[in-house]
Amino acid sequence: MMKYSLKVPCSKAKLKTIRSFVDETLNQYSISDVDLNMLVLAVDEICANLIVHTYSPDETVECIELHINVEENEGITFEIVDRNNEGFNIINYKEPMLKELVQSRRKGGLGLMLVKRIMDDVQFKSNGKGNICRLFKRISLADAG
Amino acid sequence: MINITKESEDDIFIIKVEGDVDASSSIHLDKAISDAIEKGQKNVVIDCTELQYISSAGLGVFMSYIQDFEDSDSRFVLFGLNKKVANVFEILGLDQLLTIVETKDQAKKLINDEV
Repeated sequence: MMKYSLKVPCSKAKLKTIRSFVDETLNQYSISDVDLNMLVLAVDEICANLIVHTYSPDETVECIELHINVEENEGITFEIVDRNNEGFNIINYKEPMLKELVQSRRKGGLGLMLVKRIMDDVQFKSNGKGNICRLFKRISLADAG
Repeated sequence: MINITKESEDDIFIIKVEGDVDASSSIHLDKAISDAIEKGQKNVVIDCTELQYISSAGLGVFMSYIQDFEDSDSRFVLFGLNKKVANVFEILGLDQLLTIVETKDQAKKLINDEV
């Protein structure tokens, strides 16, 4: 198993950094552009959700941790750890209907829908140290060499 | 990160989106579309040929105007999506609720044929 980690401040401007990290890490493996983009998207959505719902007085504190664990014959696990302890804003999450969102002219509500469609397993957990979102994708990866 | 340019060709208002549309940049796309609607543009085309990435924030912007364009009997067409970007629209079926074509010519033809 290969493990990769990144720590970034809780700032929307850092989403690009997070995406580039996932992209570069998984590009070492043979994975299609479309599949890779979907994994980048899922991580981006979770981090964006966290950043948007976190009040961070100091944008230099590295409050988001991302861990990527690759097991070549099993799949990829992403762990997004929120050290600010604000929590993921999903406690009352109910998946909306697309038609209702369109009629109400809402812009939000699609992020977690995407993550749930893309990933095979999505879990949110809290302990004393923070909140963890764990995403798993079953995919067989070979080292691109 | 994101660059938005606007131009008019005949009766068609074209908004070109370059770069990444994510939670930090989608506000610029939102403003460009809402400005076009406020100015009474009836045929709005989004040039996505240089759009490299879109997240739910960007999808949400497009989704939020579907009803406005329908209500005002206007046309709203996207073209030039690369494979990765097109796939993101398809995950939730938004490609079925929006009008998406491959080229600018197809977008123009669609609008001119309808008028």
